[in-house]
Amino acid sequence: MYGKGLRALSLATTVVLTAAFALVFFYAPNDADQGFVQKIFYIHVPMAIVALCGFIAGGVMAIAHLRTRAQKWDMRSYVAIHLSLILGVGVLLTGAIWAKASWGHWWVWNEPTLVSFLIIFLLYACYQPLRFSIEDPERQARYASVFAVVAGAFVPLNFLAVRLAQAYTHPRVLGTTGGNLPGDMRFTFLVALAGMVLLFVTLWKYEMASKHATMQLRALRRKLAGEEEPVRATGRTAAPAATLHARPDTH
Amino acid sequence: MPALPLDEAGKYVAGAYVVFVGLILVYVAIMASKLSRIERELEELNELADRRERGT
Repeated sequence: MYGKGLRALSLATTVVLTAAFALVFFYAPNDADQGFVQKIFYIHVPMAIVALCGFIAGGVMAIAHLRTRAQKWDMRSYVAIHLSLILGVGVLLTGAIWAKASWGHWWVWNEPTLVSFLIIFLLYACYQPLRFSIEDPERQARYASVFAVVAGAFVPLNFLAVRLAQAYTHPRVLGTTGGNLPGDMRFTFLVALAGMVLLFVTLWKYEMASKHATMQLRALRRKLAGEEEPVRATGRTAAPAATLHARPDTH
Repeated sequence: MPALPLDEAGKYVAGAYVVFVGLILVYVAIMASKLSRIERELEELNELADRRERGT
């Protein structure tokens, strides 16, 4: 059951994220170069890291789906990618705000880091339309998994390509010369990163629990309705449609 | 580019954090609407079960 431990996880997420925000504004010093505006770093970078890892996790779950053909893996992959896309919107918006404050422009087209993230985001923006375009649920799940695996493999490759590219404006974090944040800034960043990971896991479990409950309700409706009431058509959907078949996986 | 003064930088930092909180709130609102749909379906099923019980 996906709802198991959700309350403790939600509490942990709230505590860690609140602590991270408190550290950002009351503990971490202002950056010597950028000043106060560098505080955006503590949400922008963790969001980007978690979004990219979420895309990769979606690919790994898609591999599990292709290997086992179990619908639960397709659902897990779908939710991970869906959440990563939402975080991706956050990364693009907070990045644009930071760019405007630091560089005087909302977007810089000749910066590989920005453009590569946009390419990844637009690539995954095709994921939902792809699913929606296929009516047969099994084919939809299979094609979506292949897409998730290929796109998931593209994420680290893209990351590597950007690291090898000549740096322009955007700083390189976690690089060979990176990681030289002062101790208090590093600690704040790590707490913010932990908070973002917890937020992702909590929302993932939350959405999985919701989808699982919907599936079980529909299965129950079919059982109860029998011949008495026709099963309502669910219509075409981008979400995994395991509901159309037998009882959903319960683990 | 020199660092922005606090009054100038503050609105950008506030904007970025508002975007983050706003995204989470929108997500939670969408999930809440899904939850209310589940609740409605559950009520319908409960009524259906009652009807069947009375019928048998």
